[in-house]
Amino acid sequence: MKTWLRQHLTALRRALRRLWRSPLNTFLSLLVIGIAMTLPAAGYVFLDNLKTLGHNATGAQQISLFMQPDLERATLQETIRQLEARLPDQWRFVPREEALERLKASEDMAEIVASLPQNPLPDAFIIEPLDARPEALETLRETLATLPGVSHAQLDSAWVKRFDAFLQLGRLAVNLLAAVFAVGLIAVTFNTIRLQVLAQADEIEVARLIGATDAFIRRPFYYSGLLQGALGGVVATLLLFSGLTVLKTPVAQLAALYGSLSGLAPWSLPLLPLIGAILGWLGAQLSVSLALRQGE
Amino acid sequence: MIVGNHLVKRYPGGFEAIQDLSFEINGGEMVFISGHSGAGKTTLLKLLGAIERPTSGSLLVNGQNLMALRRHALPYLRRNLGLVFQDQKLLFDRSALENVLLPLEIIGLPPKEAQRRACAALDKVGLLAREKARPIALSGGEQQRLAIARAVVNRPTLLLADEPTANLDPDSARQVMGLFVAFNQVGVTVAIVTHAPQEMPPHPVRRLLLNHGRLAA
Repeated sequence: MKTWLRQHLTALRRALRRLWRSPLNTFLSLLVIGIAMTLPAAGYVFLDNLKTLGHNATGAQQISLFMQPDLERATLQETIRQLEARLPDQWRFVPREEALERLKASEDMAEIVASLPQNPLPDAFIIEPLDARPEALETLRETLATLPGVSHAQLDSAWVKRFDAFLQLGRLAVNLLAAVFAVGLIAVTFNTIRLQVLAQADEIEVARLIGATDAFIRRPFYYSGLLQGALGGVVATLLLFSGLTVLKTPVAQLAALYGSLSGLAPWSLPLLPLIGAILGWLGAQLSVSLALRQGE
Repeated sequence: MIVGNHLVKRYPGGFEAIQDLSFEINGGEMVFISGHSGAGKTTLLKLLGAIERPTSGSLLVNGQNLMALRRHALPYLRRNLGLVFQDQKLLFDRSALENVLLPLEIIGLPPKEAQRRACAALDKVGLLAREKARPIALSGGEQQRLAIARAVVNRPTLLLADEPTANLDPDSARQVMGLFVAFNQVGVTVAIVTHAPQEMPPHPVRRLLLNHGRLAA
C-alpha cells in the first residue's frame, strides 16, 4: 500500500514538474480549457436565472376554479376547507359580486354589464401554487377539478408552457454546447498528452527496458491530464465569477424588478474543476493508450 | 541460469537471425558472445533480455520460460536483469544520480533507501563525485560506467551488455571491462556481446562464437 501510494505521489510530482517546465504551453492549454468550460457553464447560469425570473413574474402561474351557479353554502365551506388543507395560503376566494364589480370597473365592459338582468358570473377561487412546474400545475388542476362544487378548473398556463418550452429548448442547446465543448476539452488534453508522450519517448523506452510496468509509465500522463482539466476548471470558475461580477449592477436592477437572481452557488464551485479533471483524465487515457500502442 | 533449446528468431520478411541455437550459461559464469557482423549476437542478447521473443524453441532465464511469459510479467523479469546498451540509453534531462534512481523508483523503494543504494552504485563505478552532472557533461567512458551503475543498482543476478566498449578508448574500455569482472567476481552472471574478442579480460570467461545465427564454438 505504501509503495503504491509512494508511486502515485512520485507520478503526481512528475506531472506537476512537466506542467511547470513549459509555463507558456500550460497557460495556453488552461486558457483554452477554461474558455471551453466557461461557455456552457455561463449558459447554465443564464438559464437558471431565466427560470427564476419566469417563476417570479407575478400572475404567471394561476389556476382559476369557477364554481357551479347557485352553490349551497355548505358545499362552498367544504371546498374552502379542502383548499386550506391542500394549499394553505396559496388561494383566495373571489365572490361573484366582487367579480361583477371588477367587470363594471373596466371601461369597455361597464355598459354591457349594466344592461344584464342579473349577475352571470360564478363564485371563483384563484390558486397561486408554490410548485410552478407545468406538469405539477396540470396535475393540480386535474385534482382541483374534482373538488365539490367546482364547475370548471382553468389553468392559465399558455404563457407558462411557452416559457417552459423555451427553457427546455435553451437547456437542450446548452447541453449540446456542453457536449461539444467536452469533446473539445478531451481533444485538447489528448493532443497535449500526445505531445508529452512523444517528448518523453526516450524515457518511456528506457523505463520499459529496466522493468517499468505500463501503469508506472501511464500514471504521470494521467495525472497531467487530470491536473490540466482540474486547473482549466478553476480558470473557468474564475472567468465565470469575473463575468458575473461585471454583470452585477445590471443584474441587480433586473432583480429589483423581478425578485432575486442567483450567481454561482457555493456548492457549484468545485463542480467545474471536478468535471474538468474527469474529462482531462479521459483525454489522457485515450492519448496514452493510443501513443503507447503505436510506440510498441 | 540460462538455457536455450533450438532457438529460432525469424524477422518479418523471413530473415533468420538465430537458427536452431542451443546453449547454456551457468550461474556465476562470465560469457562473451562474439561473432562477425550480422552473426546474431545482438539478437541473442535481445532474446536473453526479453526485449524480443524467440520465434520458436525454448529459452529459460532465471528459471522462467520466456516463450510462455505473459506480457504483463515481462517488467518483473526485467527488474532482475541488468541491461547495458552500446548507446547507453541514458536520460539526458536528468542528473547521473537521477538516472541511477530510475530503476529504484520503478520498484517503489522508499526515497532514502533509493538514494543510499544509488549513491553506492555510483561509488562502485567511480562516479559518486559526479552525481549531479548531466550525462552530456560526462565522457564516453563515464557515460558507460553510469549505464552500468543503473544496470546494477537493482542488484540483478544477470548482467547483459551489448558492445559496452565499442565506442570507448582503450583506457575507458579497460575500466568498463574491469567493472564487469568485479561484478562477476561477486557472483553476478555476466553475458557480454562483443565483436572484438581481444577485449576479453584475463579472467575465467567462456566464449560463445556465433556464425550466421548458429553456434560455431
